[in-house]
Amino acid sequence: MANVFIPSLMQNLTGGEKQVRVEGSTVRQIINNLDGMYPGFKDRLVEDDRVKPNISVAVDGEVTPLGMIERVNENSEVHFLPAIGGGA
Amino acid sequence: MTTTEYESNVILSSVEFNVVGTRPVRHDGADKVTGRALYGADFDTAGMLHGSVLRSPHAHANIKSIDTSKAEALAGVFAVVTFADFPQVTDATVDFGEEITTVHDLQSNILARHKVLYKGHAVAAVAASNPHIAEQAVKLIDVEYEVLPSAMTVQDAMADGAPILHESMRTNELGETVEDTPSNVAQHFQHVKGDVDKGFADADVVIEREFNTVTVHQGYIEPHAASAVWNPDGRLHIWCSTQGAFPARDATAEVLRLPVSQVRVTPMEIGGGFGGKIPIYLEPVAAMLSKKSGRAVKLVMSRADVFEASGPTCGCNMIVKVGAKNDGTITAMKAYLAFEAGAYAGSPVGAGAMCVFAAYDVENAVIDGYDVVVNKPKTAAYRAPGAPNAAFAAEQVVDEVAQAIGMDPIDLRMKNASTEGTRRPDGTVFPRIGCVEVLEAMKNHPHYSAPLGENEGRGVAIGYWFNVGFESAVNIAVNGDGTITLVEGSTDIGGSRASIAMQAAEVLGIAAESVRPSVVDTDSVGFTAVTGGSRTTYATGWAAYDAAQDVKAKMIERAATIWDVDADSIELKDGVFQSSSDPELNMSFKDLAGQLAGTGGPIVGTASRNAGGMGVGGGSFAGNIVDVKVDPLTGKTDVTRFTCVQDAGKAIHPSYVEGQMQGGSVQGIGWALNEEYYMNDDGIMANSTLLDYRMPTSLDLPMIDTVIVEVASDHPFGVRGVGEANIVPPTPAIANAVQSATGIRMTRLPMSPVAIMEESWKQS
Repeated sequence: MANVFIPSLMQNLTGGEKQVRVEGSTVRQIINNLDGMYPGFKDRLVEDDRVKPNISVAVDGEVTPLGMIERVNENSEVHFLPAIGGGA
Repeated sequence: MTTTEYESNVILSSVEFNVVGTRPVRHDGADKVTGRALYGADFDTAGMLHGSVLRSPHAHANIKSIDTSKAEALAGVFAVVTFADFPQVTDATVDFGEEITTVHDLQSNILARHKVLYKGHAVAAVAASNPHIAEQAVKLIDVEYEVLPSAMTVQDAMADGAPILHESMRTNELGETVEDTPSNVAQHFQHVKGDVDKGFADADVVIEREFNTVTVHQGYIEPHAASAVWNPDGRLHIWCSTQGAFPARDATAEVLRLPVSQVRVTPMEIGGGFGGKIPIYLEPVAAMLSKKSGRAVKLVMSRADVFEASGPTCGCNMIVKVGAKNDGTITAMKAYLAFEAGAYAGSPVGAGAMCVFAAYDVENAVIDGYDVVVNKPKTAAYRAPGAPNAAFAAEQVVDEVAQAIGMDPIDLRMKNASTEGTRRPDGTVFPRIGCVEVLEAMKNHPHYSAPLGENEGRGVAIGYWFNVGFESAVNIAVNGDGTITLVEGSTDIGGSRASIAMQAAEVLGIAAESVRPSVVDTDSVGFTAVTGGSRTTYATGWAAYDAAQDVKAKMIERAATIWDVDADSIELKDGVFQSSSDPELNMSFKDLAGQLAGTGGPIVGTASRNAGGMGVGGGSFAGNIVDVKVDPLTGKTDVTRFTCVQDAGKAIHPSYVEGQMQGGSVQGIGWALNEEYYMNDDGIMANSTLLDYRMPTSLDLPMIDTVIVEVASDHPFGVRGVGEANIVPPTPAIANAVQSATGIRMTRLPMSPVAIMEESWKQS
């Protein structure tokens, strides 16, 4: 199961849990299963089956450009971060 | 790795290649030094019209009416456009790859709808037979404004009762609206690691300071320029100065509600960008003027337009607190970062938050970030956006902690340095990185122990940029004379034609000069993301590596056919194909290339690569050692010696890596000492010329000494992008040097003579 880190501003949904173990092999499955465990996550994170534009998902240390279809491994870490403006 | 004797440019390398790591002459060098290279404003075609843009004189105002009739009646005017000519768009997100905004905001920034949000905001545009008539015509456009109070800083904008820029804006916290009332705070987020209260309680020393920075511009020499031809068949062709032809195509298509297949963007040569040429400004306006006039139309910004109407980087308000034990162990770090986004949401505060404490392996940290709209131009990326601001605060407080516990400032940083496996406050874990190696190179550099003169001081700082991957595509064709043509979509800002070509040359065992690289339009290569995020040599270079591997495999197959041997028996080494089945069966790359026509036809190699998102390869660290001399009577500060150390992973072309390090350092020096948008009480920039906006010249600078550290990343040659991390440490390193020279802790930028004297009087 992936290790999902819950941002401090979303820990109200998990009753204060900072990390939870979630089944899933893609970010989509992780969010769906997380929402099943703690209702409300999907509304916060997803819009029209895409990660909301002001949110990024990091899998194993790297903010992924693939969003919902990014692969998640058995012991992956998943983070939800604010979307990042980049540089040049 | 140590530096044993002083050299101005040092490479601490452990892996050598044949082509990678050498310094060939750049492929586009002759065109550029002879003036034959064509930039945005150079584009010309038959019957082309010239455009001019009417811009808001107010920082914040409602548009009551626009009357274009007098302009339209002027002889020589072919078209006038306002927002009313553009299609309605939605709030859908448009992702430039490096900047994220909504189509609605993007379109409203290009031509104001109902309201102007900053001085310089475009309101209308004219196309005429020559630039003089166009300029005359825009003055004939009557706009009735209702002037509104403005909010020019984050403190203004976050205050109770502040003027609201967008009535529909609500503060969002990771997908949730905080309160259903209008706000200038577009977003708040928080990163938490460990227990920061406990960390501060465990500390022997706690230092907390507040810092402010102001708006600064990237300062690229070439102004924005775009030309457009909207053909009767519906196809739109744009020639422009851009950091990304494909993102420019996609954004233009969104704003005009066209399919991307109807838009073709040709990137001209680019005279600097540094992030500021990722967004679009002129392209859809030129397109709409072309559609209305039926002619080609060219728009070019003036220098004042560039300052007032393109995308500078943000001013900000920050509070940083650091706690440490007397042995130098940092126990807690805390940051409050409130960054200006300009007129529309999207400041670089998220990136600043990722970088602010990245150099430190600290158990307890909290970072709060606020994205705040103000009545200034919408900010754009500027070289490691957000990170220099954040480092200005964090690296000064760390320095002050070192002073408080009597520890060498580099030793303090090394004791707490991030390494592979360190979890940052945003939660992600570093892969292999070069933070420690950069600090060691700084400590070992002769500069660090050189004596100082009267009124001189020395400062150090370290900075981080996470680097991005994104998509790139490369095509390679083999020529009969043994050369290859390499087609790519990354606009070449800093020598990337060479650095990409060299990676293909290395794979194929040919000289860099045997590669002819071309940057082409959006119809001629696969999607390629912006030249930005320090991604090009890493990601497009990796695509070139893959395309060259494709060529290599096909050439081996061809040799196997000619020799009638198994392809597995053939290897390419130093540019020679050799079969292990027979020592006599060998042929140079050039000789085999000459036989392609008669043995099966031409060989092409292609590759596309999504090199990942943000944080690829672990990013890059850079550090500075800076000496300054401060005149005690005037506060004038001269940088007398400057050393930049950076982890390049592997320097493909060391000269261009050194150039990036020196360029970022110089921009950092300007940001530290001189540069600022000087705003008057009406929210108008009072110094929108390069005479008054004081960027450093060669007369203001010492030689920027460089040390390239090479700690390999996951890239086939170990590359780390080097375009950005080097601008992060200069402002705090210079501030620490000023403090060393004067005893004055500077908490605002720029550290101009006036600012230093004011602080001197205040602190004395």
